[in-house]
Amino acid sequence: MTRDEITAGLAEILEEVAGVNPDDVAEGKSFTDDLDVDSLSMVEVVVAAEEKFGVKIPDNEVQNLKTVGDAVSYIEAQS
Amino acid sequence: MTGSRILSMGHYQPSRVVTNDDIAQLVETNDEWIRDRVGIVSRRIAGDETVADMAAAAADKALANSGLTATDIDLVVVATCTSIDRSPNVACRVAAKLGINAPGAFDLNTACSGFAYALGTVDHAIRAGASRNALVIGAEKLSDFTDWTDRSTCIIFADGAGAAVVTAAAEDEPVGIGPVVWGSVPERGDAVRIEGWRPYVAQEGQTVFRWATTALAPLALQACERAGVDPAELAAFVPHQANSRIIDGIAKRLNIPQAIIAKDIVESGNTSAASIPLALSKLVERREVPSGAPVLLFGFGGGLTYAGQVVRCP
Repeated sequence: MTRDEITAGLAEILEEVAGVNPDDVAEGKSFTDDLDVDSLSMVEVVVAAEEKFGVKIPDNEVQNLKTVGDAVSYIEAQS
Repeated sequence: MTGSRILSMGHYQPSRVVTNDDIAQLVETNDEWIRDRVGIVSRRIAGDETVADMAAAAADKALANSGLTATDIDLVVVATCTSIDRSPNVACRVAAKLGINAPGAFDLNTACSGFAYALGTVDHAIRAGASRNALVIGAEKLSDFTDWTDRSTCIIFADGAGAAVVTAAAEDEPVGIGPVVWGSVPERGDAVRIEGWRPYVAQEGQTVFRWATTALAPLALQACERAGVDPAELAAFVPHQANSRIIDGIAKRLNIPQAIIAKDIVESGNTSAASIPLALSKLVERREVPSGAPVLLFGFGGGLTYAGQVVRCP
């Protein structure tokens, strides 16, 4: 799976979980500051990403995923 | 084997209403943030009332609604994790206040899942012949265990009590309290803590949220299966009132579109073991659920304990 494909998959999740406009989702965007994803929505995003990409993202890893790019890199490395 | 059923409910909340704006006077927060993250608009905070005072007030109402008298009660079980007074326990204090003569009387602490644990325990006692008519109470004064300078917790917790009168069911009656599904996650139990000397509630919010919204729905469905109730038939779902978004997250996975989802948290905050009986008592009082209709109760919290069962609405 390419980084663009992972980003597109995350955009779908972000739209469904937190109502984020998919056009706003790009690797440089911060979940909290740019996309307005709060800490609980972030957990929902992570759980949905685990299912969608078949990866494990433990609780202590979630805080390191500041930007969409961080999440893409983590998922890319795990899958 | 004779089962048991909930005969009546009752509840008590302190009169003092504390709004989100009131909390914003104490810590850096605001109404919109609290509504959005937790779903609470206001909560009740006790003044001089003790856990036993609130438990007795709720039990008194449940008893009045039951048609039984204090002398009919032979077992009192109180779920609480916030009683400052340890002995006599809260159950004995309630029995003394209500004039209940020589009941079995004990407290049970599994934090926020306490009411469903207590209900399961009392159902077992009645099935075993150790009781005929029991009081099951959830009562908490979390304000005594809240750090009012910690904005991550002081916006959430509140005080109150709810009570059920549980009685032996006749042989020909349908089972009124389904088999309890209970358990815990000891290795991650410290995600919610009330520890040490002069303890305050502390928690890992994201860990609890993730566990609650992913692990609990299958367990709640197991409680339905064990009771022989199709989730689609549920008239109401009354989970622990921890956080509005946790409630929504679990409910979404249960696929119960026709059930009333209890959201007493909006007006009452998180009252730990008191939250399920408080919410159920209000549903019964407002006649929102028909008598005899199946209701799924599910408690969860500290220790990452959980317990739930399907009950027939009194």
